Amino acid sequence: MSAATLFNPTRQTRVLPGFGLSLGYTLVYLSLLVLIPLSAVFLKTATLGWSEFWAVVTAPRVVASYKLSFGASLLAAGINAVFGLMLAWALVRYTFPGKKLIDALVDLPFALPTAVAGIALTALYAGNGWVGSILEPLGLKVAFTPLGVLVALVFIGVPFVVRTVQPILEDLETELEEAAASLGAQRWQTFTKVILPILLPALLTGFALAFARAVGEYGSVIFIAGNIPMVSEITPLMIITKLEQYDYVGATAIATVMLVFSFALLLVINLLQAWSAKRTGRNR
Amino acid sequence: MKPRLRSLIAAAGFAALLIAPAVQAQTTLLNVSYDVTRELYKDINPAFTSWYKAKTGKEVTVNQSHGGSSKQALSVAAGLEADVITMNQSTDIDILVERGGLVAADWRKRFPHDATPYTTYSVFLVRKGNPKGIKDWNDLARPGLSVIVPNPKTSGNGRYTYLAAWGSVIAKGGSEADARDFVTKVFRNVPVLDGGGRGATTTFTQRDLGDVLVTFENEAAQIARELGDGKFDVVYPSITIDASPPVAVVESVVAKRGTAAEAKAYLDFLYADEGQKIIAKHFFRPRSEAVLKANADRFPPIKAFFVEQLLGNWNDVQKKHFADGGVYDQIVVNR
Amino acid sequence: MAAAGVLHGRADARRYENNAATRETPWVKWTLLGISLAFFAMFLLLPLVAVFTEALRKGWVTYLTALSDEDALSAIKLTLITAAIAVPLNLVFGVSAAWCIAKFQFRGKHFLTTLIDLPFSVSPVVAGLIYVLLFGAHGWFGGWLAANDIKIIFAVPGIVLATVFVTFPFVARELIPLMEAQGREEEEAATVLGASGWQTFWRVTLPNIKWGLLYGVILCNARAFGEFGAVSVVSGHIRGQTNTMPLHVEILYNEYNFAAAFAVASLLALLALVTLGLKSFIEWKAGQQSRESE
Repeated sequence: MSAATLFNPTRQTRVLPGFGLSLGYTLVYLSLLVLIPLSAVFLKTATLGWSEFWAVVTAPRVVASYKLSFGASLLAAGINAVFGLMLAWALVRYTFPGKKLIDALVDLPFALPTAVAGIALTALYAGNGWVGSILEPLGLKVAFTPLGVLVALVFIGVPFVVRTVQPILEDLETELEEAAASLGAQRWQTFTKVILPILLPALLTGFALAFARAVGEYGSVIFIAGNIPMVSEITPLMIITKLEQYDYVGATAIATVMLVFSFALLLVINLLQAWSAKRTGRNR
Repeated sequence: MKPRLRSLIAAAGFAALLIAPAVQAQTTLLNVSYDVTRELYKDINPAFTSWYKAKTGKEVTVNQSHGGSSKQALSVAAGLEADVITMNQSTDIDILVERGGLVAADWRKRFPHDATPYTTYSVFLVRKGNPKGIKDWNDLARPGLSVIVPNPKTSGNGRYTYLAAWGSVIAKGGSEADARDFVTKVFRNVPVLDGGGRGATTTFTQRDLGDVLVTFENEAAQIARELGDGKFDVVYPSITIDASPPVAVVESVVAKRGTAAEAKAYLDFLYADEGQKIIAKHFFRPRSEAVLKANADRFPPIKAFFVEQLLGNWNDVQKKHFADGGVYDQIVVNR
Repeated sequence: MAAAGVLHGRADARRYENNAATRETPWVKWTLLGISLAFFAMFLLLPLVAVFTEALRKGWVTYLTALSDEDALSAIKLTLITAAIAVPLNLVFGVSAAWCIAKFQFRGKHFLTTLIDLPFSVSPVVAGLIYVLLFGAHGWFGGWLAANDIKIIFAVPGIVLATVFVTFPFVARELIPLMEAQGREEEEAATVLGASGWQTFWRVTLPNIKWGLLYGVILCNARAFGEFGAVSVVSGHIRGQTNTMPLHVEILYNEYNFAAAFAVASLLALLALVTLGLKSFIEWKAGQQSRESE
């Protein structure tokens, strides 16, 4: 498949130069650093027969790890969608002391190394930590349980929803709400019928990004998870475990499952963004 | 913007040049080791440097890498250029024989005591005063007790713990089924499986989780006597496993780097009196009778079995218990 | 990944609070604010505070000793070098990718954008693994590399490669929506007036995208400093040689040296804070400029 047929420019005649150069460079760089290395995973996996591959990726422990990784990531992304929306709302709509600081700190999970986050969260949420010592007497164990995995995944996902919803919220014309109010709509009605539909594509994108990031997360989760088979083992840990038993092929088989999933999810996100751009008319 | 971008690229290129020569300035050795020997080799390495200089007049620096034993062996197999490896389990060295002959097949014969310059055993670390009254392996299976163990899948330390528990039943005349039943009960009491020995220690001492930590004697004693602020006690079970950590020269690497003499001298140093004294200081049991006697107060008598003696060939044990779908997997999946 | 829309500049929230149609009843407002701030404190503020508290637990002297330790310094140096190579590479790539994606229509565009995004959602563990498969002793190029005595994994090049991989999409992702929003008119006008491609790029496009570009670079840099999982797989963990700062934190932590571990961690957190400060400054500056131009 040559690049020319796949990436053929369409529609308008090109006035601007540099299409060939920039696309060529992009494709070469992308191939060298991402596509060729990733294809190694698939080729290594292909040395397994189909039935062996199926046996590896559907082993009970691995399946349990999918359930935790995908389940906890889904839940964490959901929590982030709700609270991230609230936080974005508060940052755009309200004045309160320390707002600038909070706004800046929203990106912290992005910039803080995952291992540092993992260690700090474990120290906080363990039975003798600041938060853990309050929760544990209430019968709520966080560190070293699936709940701990959830906490770490919520942490790393915070910026995504806030940062995708925030700009849309800022661009929202106040006229819409004024019109709704003048037509007699309650504030809650205005929110659900007018504002939320506009925010929805961005919210979904943020949700999907947080989800995609959470599924692959390793560094911050591993410290707080407990890593008990069938209970608190995440899928990336299964890959590492296979690797440490010299089982490269098994590791790449599970990696393949994750890769295919990531790619599908990202494709959905990009289509979602294209759809939202069309809807809101932000893309000229 | 233009000149700034250029200077940025220039800086990057310059930076790349900077690191290249720094790596090869003098004779260096790389010792790739397992998790809980961090403190030991921090002392051994400078002592070796001065010992070697006094002996030969040559300058050698030793670099150090630590991690889970199997993970480290895997890195060496994948090309990490270790001159010597100091693992905690012989299968982690055997894998390097299998994988392209990085280590000589007869590596056990190249140094005394099957190439194990010191010994250690799986023992218990409990909270001060032993509030739960944990005396022996049987106690670990008590319902409601919380036992901290590193993950047997990723850590040699965890594998020794598992095999020690298993062997404790066999040694007392129990059957395989009894052993399996007992180990299942013990692992039912495990709330966290850390990736390596040190992670398990941190969970036990810093997170206050668990009633007992099963780990190597050197780790337990070091925590009880030095690092743990006097909050912990060591308990010696009636019988345990001999977990002597093996060492080997990585032949293909020393041949390529021309460091064969230094690598051998480094491992010899571990057997020399000075090395043995440092080893004893870090609560590993030295091979030298004299040094062991001088440190008798640190090392109470202990009864131990060898894997080969009680459970069979290491590689078979490894396959039977720890391979995917092996006995350990069955135990933890159905617990 | 933050959308380019963030660069629009912050509007004053008072315009909502003073407008009857866009404000909530006080109890709704305070409940919402309370919940979001509690969420913020639980998940973002506390971990940050914990890092600094632990770091300074044994006092300033221990703190400074931990940071001036020889191995810590070499870890800091390696981290800086890695970022200094990885970030410019992805910067050039990002501009080039954004140029062809944002300024031209072609088939397979969504597919290409998805491929560029891919490293972002690939587990860091897999990202490390792929380079072992390629360059490890038993990998595709392992034999050739060994024969020519070139070290990639367990050496600096491997760490750089893994870092480039995980920070791959950042600049491109920041620029694509921004350049799409700006359209083609200005560049087309310049071209019609006789400017060459490079002239158009340096004089027209770059000034338009410079804040977005900088923003992308800062995010890319932050991630390059902090990457743990992928780098951990290819590093070999040799003290003083192939340890980056996040790996050094883990080593110190495993050495039972908690104060020092958190000291280095706090330095990383501090870098993160500086990064975020810079980012806010850029947003403010960009907002100011877009207001001026209106």
